[in-house]
Amino acid sequence: MNPALVIPALAHPSRMAAAFIDSAPNPAAPIATPWFFYGLAAAAVISGLLVITRRNAVHSALSLIVTLLSVAGLYLMLYAPFVAGVQIIVYAGGIMVLFLFVIMLVNIERVSKERQFNRIWPVGLLASCALLALFMSAIQKGKSLFLDRMVQLPEGTNTQQIAAALYGETGKMGQYTFAFEIASLLLLVAILGAVIMTKKKI
Amino acid sequence: MVPITTLHYLVVAAALFVLGVVGVLTRRNVVIILMSIELILNAVNLNLVAFSRMWGNLHGQVFSIFIVVDAAAEAAVGLGILIAFFRNKETINVDEIDLLKW
Repeated sequence: MNPALVIPALAHPSRMAAAFIDSAPNPAAPIATPWFFYGLAAAAVISGLLVITRRNAVHSALSLIVTLLSVAGLYLMLYAPFVAGVQIIVYAGGIMVLFLFVIMLVNIERVSKERQFNRIWPVGLLASCALLALFMSAIQKGKSLFLDRMVQLPEGTNTQQIAAALYGETGKMGQYTFAFEIASLLLLVAILGAVIMTKKKI
Repeated sequence: MVPITTLHYLVVAAALFVLGVVGVLTRRNVVIILMSIELILNAVNLNLVAFSRMWGNLHGQVFSIFIVVDAAAEAAVGLGILIAFFRNKETINVDEIDLLKW
Protein backbone atom coordinates (compact mmCIF):
# COMPACT_ATOMS: atom_id res chain seq x y z
CA MET A 1 0.00 0.00 0.00
CA ASN A 2 1.40 3.35 -1.05
CA PRO A 3 1.66 5.49 2.11
CA ALA A 4 0.93 8.66 0.11
CA LEU A 5 -2.60 7.42 -0.45
CA VAL A 6 -3.39 7.12 3.22
CA ILE A 7 -5.04 9.90 5.18
CA PRO A 8 -2.23 10.64 7.61
CA ALA A 9 -4.28 10.39 10.78
CA LEU A 10 -5.54 7.00 9.67
CA ALA A 11 -2.08 5.71 8.95
CA HIS A 12 0.24 3.96 11.30
CA PRO A 13 1.13 6.17 14.32
CA SER A 14 4.81 6.20 13.48
CA ARG A 15 4.08 7.91 10.18
CA MET A 16 1.73 10.42 11.74
CA ALA A 17 4.26 12.96 12.94
CA ALA A 18 5.91 13.26 9.55
CA ALA A 19 2.58 13.72 7.85
CA PHE A 20 1.76 17.05 9.50
CA ILE A 21 3.17 19.73 7.28
CA ASP A 22 2.60 23.11 8.89
CA SER A 23 1.59 22.39 12.45
CA ALA A 24 3.46 20.61 15.17
CA PRO A 25 2.68 16.90 15.63
CA ASN A 26 -0.72 16.77 17.21
CA PRO A 27 -1.02 14.24 20.01
CA ALA A 28 -4.80 14.66 19.99
CA ALA A 29 -5.23 13.58 16.37
CA PRO A 30 -8.66 11.93 16.01
CA ILE A 31 -8.71 8.18 16.07
CA ALA A 32 -10.87 7.58 13.02
CA THR A 33 -11.15 4.29 11.25
CA PRO A 34 -12.51 3.74 7.77
CA TRP A 35 -15.61 2.29 9.44
CA PHE A 36 -16.49 5.80 10.61
CA PHE A 37 -16.51 6.90 6.99
CA TYR A 38 -18.64 3.98 5.84
CA GLY A 39 -21.12 4.49 8.69
CA LEU A 40 -21.48 8.21 8.06
CA ALA A 41 -21.74 7.72 4.30
CA ALA A 42 -24.40 5.02 4.70
CA ALA A 43 -26.37 7.23 7.13
CA ALA A 44 -26.18 10.17 4.71
CA VAL A 45 -27.29 8.17 1.67
CA ILE A 46 -30.04 6.18 3.43
CA SER A 47 -31.58 9.23 5.07
CA GLY A 48 -31.22 11.08 1.74
CA LEU A 49 -33.27 8.28 0.23
CA LEU A 50 -35.86 8.74 2.98
CA VAL A 51 -36.01 12.49 2.21
CA ILE A 52 -37.24 11.90 -1.32
CA THR A 53 -39.56 8.96 -0.58
CA ARG A 54 -41.51 9.92 2.58
CA ARG A 55 -45.14 10.91 2.21
CA ASN A 56 -45.15 13.24 5.21
CA ALA A 57 -43.00 16.34 4.68
CA VAL A 58 -42.08 16.50 8.38
CA HIS A 59 -40.50 13.04 8.14
CA SER A 60 -38.56 14.22 5.09
CA ALA A 61 -37.29 17.24 6.99
CA LEU A 62 -36.15 15.10 9.92
CA SER A 63 -34.35 12.72 7.53
CA LEU A 64 -32.70 15.69 5.89
CA ILE A 65 -31.41 16.77 9.31
CA VAL A 66 -29.85 13.29 9.73
CA THR A 67 -28.22 13.67 6.30
CA LEU A 68 -26.85 17.11 7.19
CA LEU A 69 -25.40 15.86 10.48
CA SER A 70 -23.77 12.88 8.72
CA VAL A 71 -22.22 15.21 6.15
CA ALA A 72 -20.96 17.36 9.04
CA GLY A 73 -19.29 14.21 10.39
CA LEU A 74 -17.69 13.65 6.98
CA TYR A 75 -16.38 17.24 7.09
CA LEU A 76 -14.79 16.44 10.45
CA MET A 77 -13.13 13.40 8.88
CA LEU A 78 -11.79 15.74 6.17
CA TYR A 79 -10.25 18.03 8.83
CA ALA A 80 -12.67 20.88 8.16
CA PRO A 81 -14.01 21.60 11.67
CA PHE A 82 -15.18 25.13 10.88
CA VAL A 83 -17.24 24.01 7.90
CA ALA A 84 -18.69 21.21 10.04
CA GLY A 85 -19.71 23.75 12.68
CA VAL A 86 -21.25 26.02 10.06
CA GLN A 87 -23.10 23.03 8.64
CA ILE A 88 -24.62 22.15 12.02
CA ILE A 89 -25.40 25.71 13.15
CA VAL A 90 -26.61 27.23 9.87
CA TYR A 91 -28.11 24.20 8.10
CA ALA A 92 -29.44 21.95 10.82
CA GLY A 93 -30.15 24.83 13.19
CA GLY A 94 -31.33 27.60 10.89
CA ILE A 95 -32.48 26.47 7.49
CA MET A 96 -34.19 23.30 8.69
CA VAL A 97 -36.15 25.23 11.35
CA LEU A 98 -37.33 27.53 8.55
CA PHE A 99 -38.38 24.48 6.54
CA LEU A 100 -40.27 22.97 9.49
CA PHE A 101 -42.06 26.27 10.12
CA VAL A 102 -43.22 26.45 6.51
CA ILE A 103 -44.32 22.80 6.56
CA MET A 104 -46.44 23.57 9.61
CA LEU A 105 -47.87 26.68 7.91
CA VAL A 106 -49.05 24.93 4.77
CA ASN A 107 -51.66 22.23 4.85
CA ILE A 108 -49.79 18.94 5.23
CA GLU A 109 -52.69 16.59 5.97
CA ARG A 110 -54.34 17.12 2.61
CA VAL A 111 -51.08 17.02 0.67
CA SER A 112 -49.92 13.78 2.30
CA LYS A 113 -53.09 12.02 1.15
CA GLU A 114 -52.54 12.99 -2.49
CA ARG A 115 -50.37 11.40 -5.16
CA GLN A 116 -46.73 12.09 -4.26
CA PHE A 117 -44.97 11.66 -7.58
CA ASN A 118 -45.73 13.49 -10.78
CA ARG A 119 -46.90 11.78 -13.95
CA ILE A 120 -43.53 11.75 -15.71
CA TRP A 121 -41.60 10.21 -12.83
CA PRO A 122 -40.20 7.29 -14.92
CA VAL A 123 -38.55 9.81 -17.24
CA GLY A 124 -37.03 11.64 -14.29
CA LEU A 125 -35.79 8.42 -12.76
CA LEU A 126 -34.28 7.33 -16.07
CA ALA A 127 -32.52 10.68 -16.52
CA SER A 128 -31.17 10.47 -12.96
CA CYS A 129 -29.85 6.95 -13.59
CA ALA A 130 -28.12 8.26 -16.71
CA LEU A 131 -26.61 11.06 -14.62
CA LEU A 132 -25.38 8.56 -12.02
CA ALA A 133 -23.84 6.42 -14.77
CA LEU A 134 -22.13 9.53 -16.15
CA PHE A 135 -20.70 10.41 -12.73
CA MET A 136 -19.51 6.88 -12.11
CA SER A 137 -17.82 6.60 -15.52
CA ALA A 138 -16.17 9.98 -14.99
CA ILE A 139 -14.89 8.90 -11.56
CA GLN A 140 -13.76 5.57 -13.03
CA LYS A 141 -11.92 7.26 -15.89
CA GLY A 142 -10.31 9.94 -13.74
CA LYS A 143 -9.28 7.59 -10.96
CA SER A 144 -5.57 8.14 -11.52
CA LEU A 145 -5.97 11.91 -11.09
CA PHE A 146 -7.31 11.65 -7.57
CA LEU A 147 -5.39 8.92 -5.84
CA ASP A 148 -1.85 10.14 -5.62
CA ARG A 149 -2.01 12.74 -2.87
CA MET A 150 -3.81 13.60 0.33
CA VAL A 151 -2.25 16.65 1.95
CA GLN A 152 -2.64 17.22 5.64
CA LEU A 153 -4.27 20.54 6.44
CA PRO A 154 -3.28 22.13 9.76
CA GLU A 155 -6.63 21.65 11.45
CA GLY A 156 -5.55 23.37 14.66
CA THR A 157 -5.56 26.74 12.89
CA ASN A 158 -8.35 25.96 10.45
CA THR A 159 -10.72 28.65 11.71
CA GLN A 160 -8.02 31.33 11.82
CA GLN A 161 -6.98 30.57 8.25
CA ILE A 162 -10.55 30.70 6.95
CA ALA A 163 -11.00 33.98 8.82
CA ALA A 164 -7.82 35.33 7.21
CA ALA A 165 -9.14 34.40 3.77
CA LEU A 166 -12.56 35.93 4.45
CA TYR A 167 -11.77 39.03 6.53
CA GLY A 168 -8.10 39.57 5.75
CA GLU A 169 -5.10 39.89 8.02
CA THR A 170 -4.43 43.05 10.00
CA GLY A 171 -4.16 45.96 7.63
CA LYS A 172 -4.95 44.30 4.31
CA MET A 173 -7.96 42.72 2.65
CA GLY A 174 -8.22 38.96 2.41
CA GLN A 175 -8.58 37.10 -0.85
CA TYR A 176 -12.33 36.68 -0.40
CA THR A 177 -13.24 39.86 1.49
CA PHE A 178 -14.98 41.44 -1.49
CA ALA A 179 -16.94 38.25 -2.20
CA PHE A 180 -17.87 38.12 1.50
CA GLU A 181 -19.34 41.63 1.32
CA ILE A 182 -21.24 40.70 -1.85
CA ALA A 183 -22.62 37.67 0.02
CA SER A 184 -23.94 39.98 2.73
CA LEU A 185 -25.67 42.00 0.00
CA LEU A 186 -27.17 38.77 -1.36
CA LEU A 187 -28.55 37.92 2.09
CA LEU A 188 -30.03 41.42 2.40
CA VAL A 189 -31.79 41.02 -0.95
CA ALA A 190 -33.05 37.57 0.11
CA ILE A 191 -34.44 38.96 3.38
CA LEU A 192 -36.21 41.79 1.56
CA GLY A 193 -37.60 39.42 -1.06
CA ALA A 194 -38.88 36.94 1.52
CA VAL A 195 -40.55 39.67 3.60
CA ILE A 196 -42.15 41.36 0.60
CA MET A 197 -43.46 38.11 -0.86
CA THR A 198 -44.97 36.84 2.38
CA LYS A 199 -46.62 40.13 3.34
CA LYS A 200 -50.29 40.34 2.38
CA LYS A 201 -50.27 44.08 1.64
CA ILE A 202 -47.05 45.88 0.87
CA MET B 1 -9.10 -2.30 4.92
CA VAL B 2 -8.81 0.14 2.04
CA PRO B 3 -7.83 3.62 3.25
CA ILE B 4 -10.33 6.39 2.60
CA THR B 5 -9.28 8.64 -0.27
CA THR B 6 -10.86 11.50 -2.19
CA LEU B 7 -12.54 9.01 -4.50
CA HIS B 8 -14.67 7.64 -1.67
CA TYR B 9 -15.96 11.11 -0.87
CA LEU B 10 -16.64 11.74 -4.55
CA VAL B 11 -18.76 8.58 -4.76
CA VAL B 12 -20.80 9.57 -1.69
CA ALA B 13 -21.26 13.09 -3.07
CA ALA B 14 -22.35 11.70 -6.46
CA ALA B 15 -24.93 9.48 -4.72
CA LEU B 16 -26.31 12.43 -2.71
CA PHE B 17 -26.41 14.61 -5.83
CA VAL B 18 -28.34 11.98 -7.80
CA LEU B 19 -30.78 11.50 -4.91
CA GLY B 20 -31.40 15.25 -4.95
CA VAL B 21 -31.94 15.23 -8.71
CA VAL B 22 -34.42 12.34 -8.38
CA GLY B 23 -36.31 14.33 -5.75
CA VAL B 24 -36.44 17.45 -7.91
CA LEU B 25 -37.57 15.56 -11.00
CA THR B 26 -40.18 13.23 -9.51
CA ARG B 27 -41.81 14.80 -6.45
CA ARG B 28 -44.89 17.04 -6.55
CA ASN B 29 -44.54 18.70 -3.15
CA VAL B 30 -42.64 21.99 -3.45
CA VAL B 31 -41.24 21.77 0.09
CA ILE B 32 -39.65 18.40 -0.69
CA ILE B 33 -38.29 19.76 -3.97
CA LEU B 34 -36.60 22.57 -2.03
CA MET B 35 -35.19 19.99 0.40
CA SER B 36 -33.83 18.02 -2.57
CA ILE B 37 -32.06 21.17 -3.74
CA GLU B 38 -30.46 21.34 -0.29
CA LEU B 39 -29.28 17.74 -0.81
CA ILE B 40 -27.69 18.75 -4.13
CA LEU B 41 -25.92 21.73 -2.54
CA ASN B 42 -24.63 19.47 0.23
CA ALA B 43 -23.19 17.06 -2.32
CA VAL B 44 -21.36 19.97 -3.98
CA ASN B 45 -20.08 21.14 -0.60
CA LEU B 46 -18.78 17.67 0.19
CA ASN B 47 -16.90 17.62 -3.13
CA LEU B 48 -15.40 21.04 -2.47
CA VAL B 49 -14.19 20.13 1.02
CA ALA B 50 -12.77 16.81 -0.23
CA PHE B 51 -10.83 18.59 -2.97
CA SER B 52 -9.69 21.20 -0.48
CA ARG B 53 -8.28 18.32 1.57
CA MET B 54 -6.72 16.73 -1.49
CA TRP B 55 -4.88 19.87 -2.62
CA GLY B 56 -4.04 21.05 0.87
CA ASN B 57 -5.44 24.57 0.59
CA LEU B 58 -8.51 26.23 2.02
CA HIS B 59 -10.20 27.64 -1.09
CA GLY B 60 -12.66 24.77 -1.19
CA GLN B 61 -13.72 25.30 2.41
CA VAL B 62 -14.20 29.04 1.85
CA PHE B 63 -16.29 28.28 -1.24
CA SER B 64 -18.39 25.80 0.71
CA ILE B 65 -19.16 28.54 3.25
CA PHE B 66 -20.31 30.78 0.40
CA ILE B 67 -22.51 27.95 -0.83
CA VAL B 68 -24.08 27.65 2.63
CA VAL B 69 -24.86 31.40 2.46
CA ASP B 70 -26.37 30.88 -0.96
CA ALA B 71 -28.46 27.94 0.30
CA ALA B 72 -29.82 30.07 3.13
CA ALA B 73 -30.81 32.85 0.72
CA GLU B 74 -32.36 30.35 -1.68
CA ALA B 75 -34.37 28.63 1.06
CA ALA B 76 -35.68 31.95 2.38
CA VAL B 77 -36.76 33.20 -1.05
CA GLY B 78 -38.13 29.82 -2.16
CA LEU B 79 -40.21 29.35 0.97
CA GLY B 80 -41.45 32.96 0.67
CA ILE B 81 -42.62 32.25 -2.87
CA LEU B 82 -44.23 29.03 -1.60
CA ILE B 83 -46.19 30.83 1.13
CA ALA B 84 -47.36 33.53 -1.28
CA PHE B 85 -48.44 30.84 -3.72
CA PHE B 86 -50.22 28.79 -1.06
CA ARG B 87 -52.15 31.86 0.01
CA ASN B 88 -53.43 32.35 -3.53
CA LYS B 89 -54.12 28.81 -4.74
CA GLU B 90 -54.37 26.60 -1.62
CA THR B 91 -51.97 24.01 -3.06
CA ILE B 92 -48.25 23.30 -2.95
CA ASN B 93 -48.08 20.80 -5.81
CA VAL B 94 -45.83 21.83 -8.67
CA ASP B 95 -47.95 20.33 -11.42
CA GLU B 96 -50.85 22.55 -10.38
CA ILE B 97 -48.69 25.64 -10.85
CA ASP B 98 -49.49 25.93 -14.54
CA LEU B 99 -50.88 29.41 -15.06
CA LEU B 100 -48.11 30.29 -17.53
CA LYS B 101 -48.64 27.08 -19.51
CA TRP B 102 -51.08 26.90 -22.46
